Formats: sequence, structure tokens, C-alpha cells
Amino acid sequence: MKFDIVFAGVGGQGAVSLANVIAASALTEGLFIKQSEVHGMSQRGGAVQATLRLSDSEVASPLVSRGGAELLISMEPLEALRYLSLLSPEARIVSAMAPFKNIPNYPELENVHARLRSLSGPRGPVAILIDAEKIAREAAGTARAANVVLVGAASRFLPIRAATLEQSIAKFFARKGEAVVENNLKALRAGREAAGQ
Amino acid sequence: MSENTLLLGNEAIALGAIHAGLGAAYAYPGTPSTELMEYLVERARESTEGGAGFKASWSANEKTAYEEALGAALVGRRSLVAMKHVGLNVAADPFMNSALLGLHAGLVLVVADDPGMHSSQNEQDSRFYADFAKIPCFEPMDHQECYDQAREAFELSERFGVPVMLRLVTRLAHSRGSFRLAAPARRDSAFRKPPKASSWILMPANAKRQWHEHLEKQKALQDYSERSPFNRYRAAGEGAGLAVITSGLATAHFEELEAEHKGSVSHLKIATYPLPEERIRELAAKHAVLYVLEEGYPLIERQLRGIIPGKTEIRGKLSGHLPLEGELTPDLVRAALGFRTLPSLQDRLQEPAIPGRPPQLCNGCPHADSYGFIKTALQPYGGVGSERVLVTADIGCYTLGALPPYSAVESCVCMGASIGMAKGAADSGFHPAVAVIGDSTFLHSGVSPLLDAIASGTRLTVVILDNETTAMTGGQPKLHETSRIRQLVLGLGADPAHVHEVQAHRKFAAENVALLARELEYPGVSVIIAVRECVETAVRGKAQVRATSAPAVGSGT
Repeated sequence: MKFDIVFAGVGGQGAVSLANVIAASALTEGLFIKQSEVHGMSQRGGAVQATLRLSDSEVASPLVSRGGAELLISMEPLEALRYLSLLSPEARIVSAMAPFKNIPNYPELENVHARLRSLSGPRGPVAILIDAEKIAREAAGTARAANVVLVGAASRFLPIRAATLEQSIAKFFARKGEAVVENNLKALRAGREAAGQ
Repeated sequence: MSENTLLLGNEAIALGAIHAGLGAAYAYPGTPSTELMEYLVERARESTEGGAGFKASWSANEKTAYEEALGAALVGRRSLVAMKHVGLNVAADPFMNSALLGLHAGLVLVVADDPGMHSSQNEQDSRFYADFAKIPCFEPMDHQECYDQAREAFELSERFGVPVMLRLVTRLAHSRGSFRLAAPARRDSAFRKPPKASSWILMPANAKRQWHEHLEKQKALQDYSERSPFNRYRAAGEGAGLAVITSGLATAHFEELEAEHKGSVSHLKIATYPLPEERIRELAAKHAVLYVLEEGYPLIERQLRGIIPGKTEIRGKLSGHLPLEGELTPDLVRAALGFRTLPSLQDRLQEPAIPGRPPQLCNGCPHADSYGFIKTALQPYGGVGSERVLVTADIGCYTLGALPPYSAVESCVCMGASIGMAKGAADSGFHPAVAVIGDSTFLHSGVSPLLDAIASGTRLTVVILDNETTAMTGGQPKLHETSRIRQLVLGLGADPAHVHEVQAHRKFAAENVALLARELEYPGVSVIIAVRECVETAVRGKAQVRATSAPAVGSGT
């Protein structure tokens, strides 16, 4: 089993932390991983990409090949469109709906959503668009749990058990107290539910 | 100690060094090398009990870092110095000469190259420096080798009395992988000075002897490389199939893809320099065509020509099978070897181009406000970007001021160059010439050119953007308080009437414009220090105080 994941977003949105949570879960399940992330100049409000490669045997290269990834998790809809070449024809996309507009030529948001929705693979639509901030506010009382909502939505496709993800989320937020852990677990479940609809 | 550990490549090297009995480590931050010293600084704070701890410090620049590591080695400490590839240009002087010293305590130089220039101004290949200084170089392929080779590098350094380079690249430095640990070596805490004092005194008579001895070591270094288990040769079975030489991360890409080749494969994996020539000849004897996969410049490919028969065809970057520029990817390796590319979701799409999203200054960044007053003050002269105004800049977040909407600066060459270049232009009579430089960059390499300018009374305006941190690389602590930057500038001989500290905030825009306008007309050196803390470190600092009320990460000095 090999499963490559691409994380997309804008510098500061938390692509690396998101990858860390899933990587921790994969390790718990005894999978081998290679995780690649971006530091330095591109962190400053620019397009940011991270990758996570999971396998039941040793992973050699930290880089994902063109057509190699099975899942794209994007914190921003325009950024999701940037990495389609890395995805296999059978891949799935989980993307937040809200735009991060820090460039003057950001396209019409409806067109961006429409382009994502129009992507189709052998199992039908490729992309699931999630109103992550709204779901986070409803489930956890804070839009800051939006990334965890995305993890929850992506968990439909990950080769990792939901219970393991919950453990990792609990561990990740443990320092911040029980209430924060509980809220993020709610966000995780709400995301998973939203992706199942 | 056999559990698996998940760390960045940078951190795996740091941990290997600790387990090799590290005594002292020095670095200047620079992407993609920074996390190595961050990890050591963190671990040094934990390991000080019983006096057996190691020293880990940020330095003013790569040259001082190298010299500090060298000094620790002089008194018998296993020492490490880390930097990015262009940092080695700054440290080239101590680096080249340290090869001749006949070290008695291990000195390991870790250099992180940035092929593809993710966060750098060039993609120079540090292996050429190792070759230039005639010192051994390790090139890890993965996290296990980062850890193992860091440990072995200290052994090798002491066995042959030479500094040893560990060269890695962005994608290894900044990827996380798991690896197995071995039992840590005991740290030697006794001071030991060199057995032969004159070997460290490189005056001509001694230097000639040391150079001769260094050249004499080359054969032994070559033999080490021939026998190193980090180099692996696997010959094809029946029939002469594909023959491939790989090094570093290219080995990982190749091993990943190897299964896609149907025929037999002969593979020589190289991880040590000087090159294992006998093993290369062994491979070449059986194949008419050799592929060379390496990250960076075609160093192996060039050196092969002196090692194997001229009739062997070599396919790599010089032959055009791989690009000479940019980083290596699994897809480029596929194409070079004639493997099939994978089908992609993109294949059937005809998507319009996606607008780029370049990096930019954060909301509320003090640099943005500084560029505001600089541009306004230069307007009467024709404005920034005109033929009549020059604004040189330097390396840091503020380099982003070159991009719209600021378009405020016209150069970014190397650390500290802003001041020297503005002086050069001003010496020729160009006016106004303004140099913009960050606080860390100023302390790194800006002091000497400012001294030049003050000494020659050049008509020049220097704006030091002091955000009280090294922001671009993630907010490493400052070396000096702002007040001391002012004192430093005054100590160089600047006229106190023309050295000013201002608030880098738009609410003081009018005053700042007026001040800069006045100083632009002063026929000597003016220095304006525009101060306001980086918004990122300010937020992090508050969070840290809330969480632990622990002191901020100290530089250990």
C-alpha cells in the first residue's frame, strides 16, 4: 500500500500542522512515512505546499511524482487547483470553500468553485468542498478549528482509522486543556460527517 | 536506544552530532539549514546537568561561526558548524585554511544546499568546496544516513585530522522521516590542545609543511571512500542492463522508481567524496552507457571523465538527459531513464492558468511602513525606480519590498552588499544613493562596508530596518539590543547628528519622511534606524509569555 497526500494553502494557514496530525496518526498505525514541507521565503503569504507519503513499506523519496498522489487537502479553493498535476486520475480533493484573497488578480470565487466541482474521476466528482469555518463555528464554537474539520472530511479517504485520528487530535491539543480537545474532536467528527453527505 | 524517531533531516544530523559526543556548535540561520541549530539550542538547554552538556550558539555570521567552532576544536572539543550554501562563501576563508591544520578533535561542517532556489539567490553546489579544500564530504540520501553520517563524520575528521563536510539539500533538510538510533558516545570533557602547536600557525614555513601533509592524506581519503559501507555497488544479473550512478537524494528518487524498470539494473550508490574510483571503474567495465543522477551541479559527471574510458557514454546533466538547473525530481529521473510517466488528473484538463501567489510581507509588517516613508522622501528626486534614484537592498523579509505593491528596492545580491554597493555608486557621484538593510544582515556583514563609507565620507544614506529578530528564517533571537546598534554605528565614527532612531510605523510617516528628506541632502554618511518588532515574533512572544512565562530562546552567549 502506498498513499501520497498533498497539502495546499497559503503561508500561515497551517498546512504543515495539518500534515503533522495525519503523520502522527500514520505512525501510530505502524505505517512508514516521508513528509516534506516548505520553510523560508515562501512561508510569507505565498502559495505553500506540503506532502505526506504513507506506505506499509519503506518510503525512499520525500517527493511526490506527477500523478502520484491519491488525496489533496487544501485550505483554500484556488490553491487546490494549483496541484492537480500531482494527482492520480482516481484521486480525491478535500478543499475549504473560503478564499484567501491576498492577490489582486484572484479569480471570481464562483468560477473557482465551479472548476473544482467539474473535476470528475472514475468514481464521479473528485472534489468535496467544505465550508470548514462555518462547520467549525457550529461544532466547536470557533473558526480556528477549520483545519481540523478538513482533516475530518479527509478521513473518509485516508488509510487511517478514525479512532486513531481522534487520538492524534487529542494529543495535539492536550496542552491547551480538555475543553479545546473536546471542541476539536467535535470539529473532526463534524468534518467527517460533512464529507459523507 | 533503538526506537524509531521522526525528525527533519536537519534535526537528524543534529541528533547524530549529539550522539557523537558534540562539544560545541555554531551557526548563522539560513534556509534550508536553520532547524539544525534550533534543535541543538533546544537540546543544549536540556543537557547541561552535570557539566557534560554541549554549547550551541547562534553567531553573527558564518565566518565567525566557523572560527568559533574551530576554536572549540583547538582545545579538544568535537565541534560542528552549520550554514546554508551561500553562507560557506562567507566562511570560505577559515574553511579553506582549516583543511591544513591537522585537527586532533573532530570538526564537522554541515552545509544545506538549495537547488531550485526555494529561498536563495543561487544554487551553488557545496561539494565543489569540499573538492576545492580537498576534504572528505558525505552526502546522505535519507534520514538514517543524516544521523549515521553525522556520527561517522566526527570519527573520520579525527582519524585523518581534517574537517569533514556533510552536504544536504532542501528536500532532505526539510522533510521528516524516521530512523533508528544507536547508543550515544561518551562526551570527552577534558581539554586537549594540539599535539603539535605549529600545525595551527599557518605562517608560510608551517603552511608549506601542512599543505604537503594534507596532499599526502589524499590517497588514504580515497581508500576510505573505496571501502565505505555508505557506498553500495549492486551489479546486474545476466546481461548488461541499465547502469546508474546516484548520490544523495537522487539515490532516494532512483530507489523509489527502480521497480519500474523491467530489465536488470547495475547501481552504484555514492555517498562519500573523494569518489570511490575503483568501484566506478568496476561498473564502467561492464556497461557502454552510464547514467549519473546527482542533485546540484554535474560534479560526479565531470569527474567521471578522468576516471573511466573515453568510449563510455555518460548520460546526465552535461549530456542534456537532465536539466542543468533546478532541483531533481522523481519525474525528471523517470524522463531521463526513459521510464513511463504516471497518468495524472491534469492530463484530460485544459485549465486556464492559475494566478501565481508570490510571498509577501505580512499584514502590519514594519518594513511596509518603512518603505512607505522611503518612497515618499525620494519622490522629489524622481522616485524609486527612476534613473536618478538608487535604493539598494539586502537579504531578508524586506527583500520582498522589491515586489509590487512596494517596488521600493533595486538590488539583492548577498548579505551586506546593500551598503557597499550604495557606497560604490555614491563614490562615482550618484545621488541620492540609499541602502536598506535589516538588523541581522547589518550585524552579519553590513558593519564593514559602513566603516568604509564613514572612513571615506561618502554621501550615503543607510536605513537599518530593525525588527529586533531574524524574521525570514523564523525569528531567531537578536544578537544586540537596538540601542547597541546605534552605539555600534556611532563607534564606527558616524556623526551623532546624522544617526537617528525612528519608529517604523505609518503614524510617524510625516516625521520620518521629513527626517529622511533632510538626511538625503547631508553630504556625508547618515544612518536611520527604523525600529519596530516583527509582527510574527511579537505575537509568538506574547503567546510564549502566556503559556510558560519562560525566557525567550537565548543565543547561549
